Amino acid sequence: MRHHLILRVITKLLVGTIFLFALYVQFHGDYSPGGGFQAGVIMAVGFILYGIVFSLAKAKKVFPPWLVHKLLAFGVLLYGGTGIYSMLMGYSYLDYTAIDPHHPSHGQHLGILIVELGVGITVTGVMVAIYYAFAARAPILSDEDW
Amino acid sequence: MLIVTALTVVKTRSLFAIVALSGVFSLLSALLFITWDAVDVAFTEAAVGAGISTVLMLGTLALTSRAEKESQKSNLLPLVSVVLAGAVMFYGTLDMPKFGSPETPVQTHVGPDYLKRIPDDIHVPNAVTAILASYRGYDTLGETAVVFTAGIGVLMLISGLRRRRINDDDNKNSSDTKDTT
Repeated sequence: MRHHLILRVITKLLVGTIFLFALYVQFHGDYSPGGGFQAGVIMAVGFILYGIVFSLAKAKKVFPPWLVHKLLAFGVLLYGGTGIYSMLMGYSYLDYTAIDPHHPSHGQHLGILIVELGVGITVTGVMVAIYYAFAARAPILSDEDW
Repeated sequence: MLIVTALTVVKTRSLFAIVALSGVFSLLSALLFITWDAVDVAFTEAAVGAGISTVLMLGTLALTSRAEKESQKSNLLPLVSVVLAGAVMFYGTLDMPKFGSPETPVQTHVGPDYLKRIPDDIHVPNAVTAILASYRGYDTLGETAVVFTAGIGVLMLISGLRRRRINDDDNKNSSDTKDTT
């Protein structure tokens, strides 16, 4: 897609906005609609858009597959780890009060934030990984084919 | 409009148009969810249904042919089974309370309890997030694990990580051609 100038310029503008929006959805999920799942998907869309318009090789340079695979597992571990932490602090599994025992509501707030972050990271990883897996198999299409 | 889109998807033979139309279908159902005040669900539908899955479908399309094959079998059996299943579901809805009625179990059982407790317990204005991540933390952990498993499964099936190791030379050649195009 080297000659699609408009697409490439617009994409460069959009990708940053998409990431920003994803972060907003991620960390503002307690106050407005959205949360880890949606934020993860939007984040992944940013990478996928970049991969489509520029090339898969460039997208893989920005977000290398080994990092994707690590993040994909890290998200679940972060979620499960929060539960283990609260168990170690003497509360029941996934009881976020453990994070800040003096202000249970603060603890809940933080806990939700961490857990949603874990969900977001996993979803981003999975979506990008699936896209990489599909795109790596597809033959390169010339523009006339579409 | 949802029904019209669905019927067009059934009628059309061009897979490319079907992928585009299924994106339209997702966006329309997202609008439907918004009118039902389920903003979180609408958000997910728009992002996943219209965004990601359309891209993945296009990716799959690049691997297969562009048009659907003409089917040879008779349409009678599928039609009968679909009508039967639809009738059973419709029969099931007869027992359901009226749409939007305040006496449904959803509105009287745990719902109000959660809504009453959330401001004191968690101080989070978005009740959906509070229920999802805190009261129903186990479920969300399970969902995350499901997404994770799905990702691992797809990677194992089609990422070709192992194939690269076996015939390294083949892949080197193909990656060279990729760079030049």
